[in-house]
Amino acid sequence: MSSDASSKILRAVPREKAFYFFTSLGNYTGASATSLKEFMERVNEVNVKSLEFHLYRADFEKWISEVLEDAWLAGEVKRLQKFGLTGEPLRNQLYLTVSRRFKRLTSPPGSVQF
Amino acid sequence: MRRKNTALFLDAKDLEILKALQEDSRQTYTAIGRRVGIAHSTVYDRVRRMELQKVIRNYTTLVDLEKAGVKKIMAIMTVYTDPKETESVASKLAQSPEVLEVYTSLSDELLIMAKVVAASQEGLHAFVANSIAPMNGVLRIRTSIITRKVKETSLLIGDYLEGLHL
Repeated sequence: MSSDASSKILRAVPREKAFYFFTSLGNYTGASATSLKEFMERVNEVNVKSLEFHLYRADFEKWISEVLEDAWLAGEVKRLQKFGLTGEPLRNQLYLTVSRRFKRLTSPPGSVQF
Repeated sequence: MRRKNTALFLDAKDLEILKALQEDSRQTYTAIGRRVGIAHSTVYDRVRRMELQKVIRNYTTLVDLEKAGVKKIMAIMTVYTDPKETESVASKLAQSPEVLEVYTSLSDELLIMAKVVAASQEGLHAFVANSIAPMNGVLRIRTSIITRKVKETSLLIGDYLEGLHL
């Protein structure tokens, strides 16, 4: 992936395009993310009910695809739905998926990822 | 008896006229005059004055939306805010057509309560997520969907006069 494409995915978006974490319909936790890095951090700390709520409504993949414009990560997050994970196992898997992508996008070109 | 209402003074006859209008705003000035014990022309003058001074804000119709076949959901939304932004958030909420009523309260935390209407639960969530959560100063939001209305009314001048509420 070109550095321009990586930069685009890693950019901070305006507040009105941020991802807002809810635990159920209309119940906002106060946590939000305006970039992939912030999103990764929030996944690690937000109420796990919020992760369950958004994953199975496909909110994460929609935001990652439409706002961050990272189709590849959106696909990976969508795949997580098939495992039916809840609670901390869901948090761990989602964090792993997002953090691997973040690491890849922030690595110098040509470096090898394991 | 004279009561102060901002810059305006209302006497007992004014209050009795308001009570009659709140009970049935379609009744004639003659009927109100008979009840209050003054001429219909005096009722007209007093009503006109209270309209001009915005004591009487509006004449409206209470519609039973359910019976009218309007499918809507109502919710009470509690918005926890940064104290510096509370007024601004409350003003913005008040401008939204989806928001029917807005109140601020100083409890343990400074918060705003609002009554919200939407076509569906998803519509309600979209409104909260896209329009309320992004506002500066919004810390978190609790939304409770109303499942049954047990009572809905407003303070009537008659209750006020009889000291039932105050």
